[in-house]
Amino acid sequence: MVDFSLWDILRNLLLALRWTVVLSLIAFVGGGLVGLGLLVARLSGRRGMDALVGGYVQLFQGTPLLMQLFLAYFGIALFGIQTSAWVAASVALTLYTSAFLTEIWRGCVAAIPKGQWEAADSLALSFGEKLRHVVLPQAVKIAVPPTVGFLVQVVKGTALASVIGFIELTKAGTMITNATFKPFVVYSCVALLYFVLCFPISLYAKTLERKLHVRPA
Amino acid sequence: MRIEFDFGAVLSQWPLLATGMLWTIALTAISALLGVALGVVFAWVRSHGAPWLKWVVGTYVELIRNTPFIVQLFFIYFGLPAAGVKLNAETASVIAMVVNLSAYATEIIRAGIDATPKGQIEAAASLALSRMQTFTRVVLPPALKKVWPALVSQTIIVMLGSAVCGQISTPELSYAANLIQSRNFRAFEAFIVATLLYLLLAMALRRLLNWAGPRFIYGR
Repeated sequence: MVDFSLWDILRNLLLALRWTVVLSLIAFVGGGLVGLGLLVARLSGRRGMDALVGGYVQLFQGTPLLMQLFLAYFGIALFGIQTSAWVAASVALTLYTSAFLTEIWRGCVAAIPKGQWEAADSLALSFGEKLRHVVLPQAVKIAVPPTVGFLVQVVKGTALASVIGFIELTKAGTMITNATFKPFVVYSCVALLYFVLCFPISLYAKTLERKLHVRPA
Repeated sequence: MRIEFDFGAVLSQWPLLATGMLWTIALTAISALLGVALGVVFAWVRSHGAPWLKWVVGTYVELIRNTPFIVQLFFIYFGLPAAGVKLNAETASVIAMVVNLSAYATEIIRAGIDATPKGQIEAAASLALSRMQTFTRVVLPPALKKVWPALVSQTIIVMLGSAVCGQISTPELSYAANLIQSRNFRAFEAFIVATLLYLLLAMALRRLLNWAGPRFIYGR
């Protein structure tokens, strides 16, 4: 019987932590891009767009991320495309993230006074110019703290990818438990590593928020 | 290429889905009641308790909020037995959900408590209300009213999160879907149906809580 030291466990968990970080980044960047697209579509005022994006957001916020992962996993395979846990997890988490980010950002855009839009209109700026030069630069300032805060949700969300066989921190924890029969130690370490990853982000988001509120309006 | 769906094969298993839904509802109901109650107590500790107690609760809240629910669940179900605490899947699920919700509820309710104008507490003191009376009758009801929408959203998030409990064989909705697809290999259909049922539950729960809040929780 091999004896596993705490360092053996921690070392292997740290190796798996990479994939948690990579998957989080894929979901966050991908979700940000899709979310931005959805936001612009919504702001464009084209008929039906608002309801469509609203429904999309409701759908992803009103169903479990776990189900979304399963649907991506089995759904992509339906089209005869060879899927891997990588593809399914990236797609599901990207869509999930985009729904939340687009909703957060919509709130930030709504906080921009209407007069700004009207002023931009009176300068005969096109829709794209209005967004690029007037609205978005102001909205970004308010949007940064909640967006950073949401990153924590994304990192925690990647833990569910373990269920469809994506080997990240949680899955590695399960595998190491099966090899070492030390669930208490292993899952404590897993939780600790997530905490080490997420807590600084949480603190940073809180600091950003405080800074934003201190600034005179 | 043609894709054929067979929802009949899934829907014919409706008793399984119904039982799963009932489990999801029961888990959510118990953990919402206990989780929010615990959140109120912890929020009180964080704004009125002794400094060391504040630190303990603060650490608890941050630990829970910065780790994934699935890891908390696995820790309770797989990890605790090694430390001598043996739980069945259902109990472990309830405990994990209560622990998870209570941490978020603490932060949410505390924000409401912090927003209480100082004059109200002074007015309560001038009416000779005890500290406990001041908290339960003057501070808490308007605080809950203020943060009710956030509490409702968090409860829904916990309900949706309970899908993970199927992974330790708690017989809730996602477990039922998994069981059905393992019997008839209609995985996509089974999960579509389960997902739509979750969406239905989420919308119903939001309505229920928005209705119940003003009537039973923060009054008048």
